[in-house]
Amino acid sequence: MSLDTISLSGKKKEVSNKKMTFWESLYLVAIFKGLMITIRHLFQRKVTIKYPEEKRPLSPVYRGQHMLKRDELGRENCTACGMCAVACPAEAITMKAAERKPGEELLYREEKYAEIYEINMLRCIFCGLCEEACPKDAIYLTETKVMVPSASKREDFIFGKDKLVMPLTEAMKNRQNQLS
Amino acid sequence: MDSAIIIEKGIFILAVFAITMFMAMYSTLAERKIAAWLQDRIGPNRAGKGGILQPLADGLKLFAKEEFMPSTQNTFLFVLGPAISMSMALMTSAVIPWGDKLEIGGRTVILQATDIDVAMLYIFAVLSVGVYGIMIGGWASNNKFSLMSAMRASSQMISYEVAMGLAIIALIMATGTLSVREIAAQQSGFWNDGWFTWNVFKHPLSFLIFLVCSFAETNRTPFDLAECEAELIGGHHTEYSSMKMGFYLFGEYAAMFISSAILAILYFGAYNYPGFQWAVENWGVNVANILGIIALFVKICFFIFFYMWVRWTIPRFRYDQLMNLGWKMLIPLAIANIVITGLVIVLTQ
Repeated sequence: MSLDTISLSGKKKEVSNKKMTFWESLYLVAIFKGLMITIRHLFQRKVTIKYPEEKRPLSPVYRGQHMLKRDELGRENCTACGMCAVACPAEAITMKAAERKPGEELLYREEKYAEIYEINMLRCIFCGLCEEACPKDAIYLTETKVMVPSASKREDFIFGKDKLVMPLTEAMKNRQNQLS
Repeated sequence: MDSAIIIEKGIFILAVFAITMFMAMYSTLAERKIAAWLQDRIGPNRAGKGGILQPLADGLKLFAKEEFMPSTQNTFLFVLGPAISMSMALMTSAVIPWGDKLEIGGRTVILQATDIDVAMLYIFAVLSVGVYGIMIGGWASNNKFSLMSAMRASSQMISYEVAMGLAIIALIMATGTLSVREIAAQQSGFWNDGWFTWNVFKHPLSFLIFLVCSFAETNRTPFDLAECEAELIGGHHTEYSSMKMGFYLFGEYAAMFISSAILAILYFGAYNYPGFQWAVENWGVNVANILGIIALFVKICFFIFFYMWVRWTIPRFRYDQLMNLGWKMLIPLAIANIVITGLVIVLTQ
């Protein structure tokens, strides 16, 4: 068997450069066939997702906006060790540590906490290495399922603790789930 | 001539103008919607419910755009281009019979702006002037691409006008009249003497040639070489902006509407529908004719849809394919059609 007769996929088609007959050169048959193909698409299901109303389902491991977690008592996990900042390949994370004062035990879990914690979302590549590096289970990208919203100024993309820390209500909900 | 007829015609022309504009406006939305549907998308759906206000939004955008004038010596011609394009598209509507007649307060109102007996010649004359809009605009733009587009458009128009005229000769031979009103009236009803009365069943080849040439005359795909973006940027409207650009685009849709109307009237029985005579006898002239106008608009809408359907199905022709199709296929076919029609007329009489 010669090579030109083999068709492994079964879809092989001979191309020819033969002269068109009169009817072919009127293109009418070909156009009619094409019209029949397109009219079928008129009645097919549309693939568009109407974005703000409908959202594409995200995978369970989708890495979206970061979240600084609180524990079951609502205390911030982060101790400002800087491991995430070291791990970050894009140099997106900065922080400033501070010492916990007496009376703040319900706010921060350890004696040291992040006074300022900022992620530059324009630098961030959402690789998830900070999440992997964190020894305190403090930073997660897979929890929020939120895409970083657009903004018109560069400064607006530097997210501080106000946007990153898990809301207290959510921590309370977690606590209730744990108890029940 | 009494003054009532002037008022009557005035109102009628205004109504036709408004309807043409309305149809052209919503053709732009229909085009985008049909394009989307044929490609499994939804299309514009933000302005109004289901995108119903999209044409207004587009118009508003065009009005708000900067009016740019290229450094050309021919500012007059530059403005004249879109004006001709638009007015020629609208002028054809003067001889189109939108219905037979209405009886309002004892007066018989003929639903046609003017019933001239050389209406077919008039349509051809106006259609061929339409290309001047593109030619003048392309020339005055002082831009190589625009000029090239203008040349393509005019040579295409000349080539296809021949075939179009020859196709229509066969029809005129059979109907024996140049009046569009007369041709429409001859297709009355649907079935007569053992054959359909509509011309498309009597002259299928003539219809086919006329249809292909209509695509070429309105510069629609597959004959839109004049504005092929890949090679000529925007073709003749490269240098146009704001509402002058809008006029070109709008004129094109108006031309498409009118061309669909001509197709429907010459070949698809105009305002006639099966049972037209019965409706006149039983329901009265007015009801029958209003139904007739609706029937005509259904036919027109079908042709507009057909134009768009073809546009989103096939790519545009290469230039040599276009010329081969025009000169080597359509013209011989049209001549053969004339000979066959002549033989049939001689043999049946």
